Amino acid sequence: MELFINQVLAGIATGAIYACMALAVVMIYQAIDHLNFAQGEMAMFSTFISWQLMQWGIPYWGAFVLTLALSFAGGVLIERLLFKPLAKAPILTNVAGFIALYAIINSVAGLIWDFTIKQYPTPFGSSPFLGSQLISTHQAGMIGVTILLLILLYLFFQFTRVGLAMRAAASVPESARLVGINTSWMIALGWGMAAAIGSIAGMMIAPVVFLEPNMMLGVLIYGFAAAVLGGLTSPFGAVIGGFLVGIFENLVGTYIPGVGNELKLPIALALIITVLVVKPAGLFGRPIVKRV
Amino acid sequence: MSAIQEVVTEAPAVEAVPKRAMTLGYGTSLALLLVLILVPLFVKNFIIFQLTMLLIYAVAVLALNILTGGSGQFSLGQSAFYAVGAYTSAILMEHADINYALTLPIAGIVCFVFGFLFGQPALRLSGVYLALATFALATAMPQLLKLGVFEKWTGGVQGLVVTKPDAPFGLPMSQDMWLYYFTLAVSVAIYVSSVNLLRSRSGRAFMAIRDNEIAASAMGIDVALYKTLAFGVSAGITGVAGGLGAIAVQFVAPDGYTITLAISLFLGMVVGGVGWLPGSIVGSAFIIFVPNIAEGISKGLSGAVFGVLLFLVIFLVPHGARQVAVVAQQLLGKFKKS
Amino acid sequence: MTAMLNIRDLNAYYGQVQALHGLEFALNEGSVTTLLGANGAGKTTTLRAICNMVRTTGAIEFDGAPLSGRSTENIVRLGIAHVPQGRGTFTTMTVEENLQLGAITRSDKAGIVSDIERMYDHFPVLKQRYTQQAGTLSGGEQQMLAVARALMLRPRLMLLDEPSFGLAPLIVRDLFKILGKINREDKVTILVVEQNAQLALELADKAYVIETGRIVMSGNAAEIANNEDVRKSYLGY
Repeated sequence: MELFINQVLAGIATGAIYACMALAVVMIYQAIDHLNFAQGEMAMFSTFISWQLMQWGIPYWGAFVLTLALSFAGGVLIERLLFKPLAKAPILTNVAGFIALYAIINSVAGLIWDFTIKQYPTPFGSSPFLGSQLISTHQAGMIGVTILLLILLYLFFQFTRVGLAMRAAASVPESARLVGINTSWMIALGWGMAAAIGSIAGMMIAPVVFLEPNMMLGVLIYGFAAAVLGGLTSPFGAVIGGFLVGIFENLVGTYIPGVGNELKLPIALALIITVLVVKPAGLFGRPIVKRV
Repeated sequence: MSAIQEVVTEAPAVEAVPKRAMTLGYGTSLALLLVLILVPLFVKNFIIFQLTMLLIYAVAVLALNILTGGSGQFSLGQSAFYAVGAYTSAILMEHADINYALTLPIAGIVCFVFGFLFGQPALRLSGVYLALATFALATAMPQLLKLGVFEKWTGGVQGLVVTKPDAPFGLPMSQDMWLYYFTLAVSVAIYVSSVNLLRSRSGRAFMAIRDNEIAASAMGIDVALYKTLAFGVSAGITGVAGGLGAIAVQFVAPDGYTITLAISLFLGMVVGGVGWLPGSIVGSAFIIFVPNIAEGISKGLSGAVFGVLLFLVIFLVPHGARQVAVVAQQLLGKFKKS
Repeated sequence: MTAMLNIRDLNAYYGQVQALHGLEFALNEGSVTTLLGANGAGKTTTLRAICNMVRTTGAIEFDGAPLSGRSTENIVRLGIAHVPQGRGTFTTMTVEENLQLGAITRSDKAGIVSDIERMYDHFPVLKQRYTQQAGTLSGGEQQMLAVARALMLRPRLMLLDEPSFGLAPLIVRDLFKILGKINREDKVTILVVEQNAQLALELADKAYVIETGRIVMSGNAAEIANNEDVRKSYLGY
């Protein structure tokens, strides 16, 4: 029993990573109605930029804020240049675009910063949290940042005019245009916000998984899975989903014999899909009624 | 969280390609076939091998086209079926000494069953959810192939070496050339059958489901049956391609069938034109040759160059090669009139 | 008096299919005009053309300035509110949020708040339900919400697409009474497209009849209402 509880707690700790990533995933899904495969790479690239800024002598929090701003701008720029022209193209063509973006970012990052692993600092220190062996101060900090982010997003969407406009544009784009909202710019804004949130996820994750161009692949998949599990329409669900995925992953690794690192991923995904077969809109998603 | 149900009047995620436009005209098809038959007589063995792979991947892309362009179901998991087909052929050839040609239908049937079974739980999923599920399948497959339990047959991490067949009846051609013509014959057979399938009642059922599942069901189409059937057929064809691939490449190993293959096949479908069967060969050419071109342009940035080339293609022809064919047809029509 | 809205030689296309053929008409400021026609005649297409939601050729002028080339949202910002077919309610948001969205292009906070109160005066039922999810409202209530949302723009011209659709006759009567009030008191020019000809002709000053994308009749609402053919085709007697 104690092992079980320990593994659950450890799972929550690692799950914070997925929760953070899942928030970025849900953010972009709200804006553009599909998942962006290149988001992990964008987060990775942002993290490298923050690392580079720190190499040039800028202190952690300064680099953090600057990276946030640069990531936001980068997200908007990428959407305007690469995906606005594809707005009228079929969805599958857009997906091909995401894949192309992934290839470009991954390759460029590898060229600029090469593939050797780098240490990445944490502002929270890495001593045991409250004396616990399972959660470090960094992981606790990560959970704190994720929850703070969730609260800020909630406030943004519920209480600001821009947030209201974004919700409207995502919900019924035609009606949004009919009240004067420029839905095209709402999409760009969504991309910017998703990029910024992704950069936070990257900067929180890097101390744990170490900084290298391929660091986000596994995280992104788990992030997708967490977002889907929680319900793609629910940021709160995404965060809960993230923690649940962390717990699943840990329990699977502990209790199912013969499961090495490689099989953890597909098994976790399989579990999530099982949930979806039962609850297709995810745990907290709005049930979607389809009409002819 | 609101309890409100979001009412969605869905536009089909996969655009409808009109039935008429799904193939090339007879003239163009025959001309293309002639080219495919004559080319190997003039080129070196290695090029012939590449052409064989071109046909094999075209068949795999075609299978995906039937599934996505035909029945509207996403799949990022075709590499799993390809792998099963490849290993089936390899195991039958190396452990059971079965003739290579016979292994193909067996691989096809095995994969059909596998695909049909996978299609069952997939029924309740669509769009991104189905993409995720098939993605999970694709990532799991290499690991499953490495499992110790199966090592006796699969050869574990090392995989299996496959013997390349000689031309039969002592025909005076190289192994590569024989294999090319054999693959060509199989590919043409599959292409013709697929076109007929999509024109048949089943094909119309697929497309009805793709365009509007609820309406299709209201018309009396057994949606569950046809959706799983589509998965089965697509998996079966991919399995045959996998078998041919195993023979052509002369070995099978788990890391040869990763998610990268599944993504490549997906890109091949998009570049060729979703739902346009002749485009499969264009898509296949893209995924075989463009990565090499990218590496040739810049070794360090090969991924970036590939991405840029891919963007160029989708900016210029968002609907894939089909768009080029439609434009060419219109120009030809104008030319004929003048 | 130059017309507020001037439409000349308007053609509209859905892909290769032409839905409107050389439409011409004008709306004077302060008037109520109705466009009548059967299903598929082109009524909705006309409204969508004004808001550039469909491909068109020809001239549409608002206050003398051409609308072509402007995006839908920019046309709306000129003061044209469009209550679409099916109402286009933001079903997952509250009634009050829907009203706030109607005013999202305005910056006068005090004005917006007082306008919301005025909407509640026009439509008391909305006040009762102001924190409710808009999707839970009945058809009639959603229609009123849609009209209220359009009014939050403080539009100069309001386009309504079949506001009576699916509503009980008494509710429609109430709605049209309110539309008349809005036209007189708030000086909102109205173009209402309807299959339900009776009430529309009672409310309107001018009427046009459209068939297969062409205007086949135009004149005073009263004249049109007494026209033999119109009575047979659209009024049922």
